Amino acid sequence: MREPILRVSGVSKAFGGVQALRDVSFEVYPGEVFGIIGPNGSGKTTLVNCITGFVRMDAGRVLFKGKEITGWPPHRIANEGLARTFQIMRPYYSLPAYKNLIVPLYSPRARKMGGWRGGGKMGDRDTVAVDILEEIGFERDSFVPYKPASALPTGYLKRLELARCMALRPELIICDEVFSGLSMSEIASMIPLIEKLQMGGVTLVMIEHRLKELFRVADRVMVLNFGEKIMEGTPEEVIQDERVKEAYLGTEEGRDA
Amino acid sequence: MEQMLRKERIDRGIRVRTEGIYAISHWQELTYLILPRLLLIGGFLLAPICLLPFPYWQRIVSIICVYGLLAISFDFLANFVGLVCLGGAFFVGVGGYVAALLNTQLGLPSVLSIPAATIGGAAICTLLFLPCLPLRGIYFAIVTLMYPLIFSRIIEAFNLFGGTDGIAGVVSFPNVWLEQYVIISLTLFGLFGLRRLVNEDIGLVLRGIKDNDQAVKASGIDITRYKALAVFIASLLGCFAGAYLAHLYMWAGISLFALDFSIMPIAATVIGGGGSLAGALVGSLIIVPISELLRAFGTLRIAIYALILTAFIVFRSEGIMVYAQRKYHQFERWVKV
Repeated sequence: MREPILRVSGVSKAFGGVQALRDVSFEVYPGEVFGIIGPNGSGKTTLVNCITGFVRMDAGRVLFKGKEITGWPPHRIANEGLARTFQIMRPYYSLPAYKNLIVPLYSPRARKMGGWRGGGKMGDRDTVAVDILEEIGFERDSFVPYKPASALPTGYLKRLELARCMALRPELIICDEVFSGLSMSEIASMIPLIEKLQMGGVTLVMIEHRLKELFRVADRVMVLNFGEKIMEGTPEEVIQDERVKEAYLGTEEGRDA
Repeated sequence: MEQMLRKERIDRGIRVRTEGIYAISHWQELTYLILPRLLLIGGFLLAPICLLPFPYWQRIVSIICVYGLLAISFDFLANFVGLVCLGGAFFVGVGGYVAALLNTQLGLPSVLSIPAATIGGAAICTLLFLPCLPLRGIYFAIVTLMYPLIFSRIIEAFNLFGGTDGIAGVVSFPNVWLEQYVIISLTLFGLFGLRRLVNEDIGLVLRGIKDNDQAVKASGIDITRYKALAVFIASLLGCFAGAYLAHLYMWAGISLFALDFSIMPIAATVIGGGGSLAGALVGSLIIVPISELLRAFGTLRIAIYALILTAFIVFRSEGIMVYAQRKYHQFERWVKV
């Protein structure tokens, strides 16, 4: 059996009287795309926040590459190679799109790794930033990478969010709903990016509402409901499962998912 | 039907602004870019010479620079790092006391005591501000406002450093030219240095913290460290102003912790226009002479002062610098809707 790159065991978190997470455990193996789904309020984002250090968990342990990262501050976890995107996009609105990437490129990890594709230890970060943006679908010759982030449409902001993670050259990216709020054609153009990342050796954990698109890319899927893990399996198994249908149809009737 | 008009703004088409080409080819474009900066630098450098017959107003130039430094450091922290810092008086007080102690107790000449007080004082300020760095917005503002109040009370209560009498006998500057040009050159250096810093990569990290600290954390950057660095840079300016004041007045006392040093820079930044750093200096260039001229009104001074401030906020809330920049860089015309 391969060593898991991320091992989460027994994570619990309560906000006041609300038990957001109860004893959630899972393992992610190198190179796979691991999906996490669940109806609204099932604790998916809280789980991400606990793993990446943004929220202190009440109980449980997180091991990344066999190293205990429980309770570490977010920046240390990111420097270890575990990057995350935010569900609500968090660009630096006052800065041009490519300048947004200067921040992760300034991190200790990016500096140590020599930027993107060996851009030199103190290489020109602007060039590196535009390279990354081109990789993720900003046309280099257009005005788009140079526009302030506040002028960009949602689709580009989602890409920018992903680009911010890529700039860290992480080994694992946790994507918190990268597809939500996008049109079908925008999602169709995002999926190759995800596949390209995976081929580049990055492990992905994807939290999604859009099940159809997730099942196209995910190798294994975990289902959360009311903060508890109800099952884990391949996308086919998940679709067949009665408990999953109940969780979704019972609470969100009529949704096209 | 009444015709609707709206104001259209178009950037002036100078070649330096075209995409990617930064070659400046013509004296007109060179002048266009350099003139405003030259006006400010030249104006400040010539001020002591032009005001030679009026020693009182020469002194005002120094005070303008002191408040200018504080306003620049306030603007830098508030608009580029997102820390609304009311600790200006604290920076001045610490810088002033350190300089006075170094000068009177250790006998260091002002050439050494001012730089030492600037760096040492900034280190002290940064260390003392460390506990409140995780605070944001109004909470940070309140806590930093407490520092000068607490320190002046502690000095008073425990009769430290001469208590309410302060430390007298600090060495003054050898001549008026040095006195003037030290502060003027360092104010200009601080202004243009910071303006460059905020566009460097490290400055972008700081601006990122202002826009969105969570995303900076997720980018693997320890925001507390960078906030501390920003406070250190800002307090360098403030402590220098304090050390300079101590040597200028040949005295350091609890009036260096006066809230004027916290509040006036904010007023200057509001009047001058925040977010450009130069606006902060322009603001203090306006506000300090106004407050001096108003001395003639005696007790009514504060009332008139408040009226002027209110007028600025109501009619030019964006600030003079922002307004002037827009007028300078853009055409405006009325077009039909």
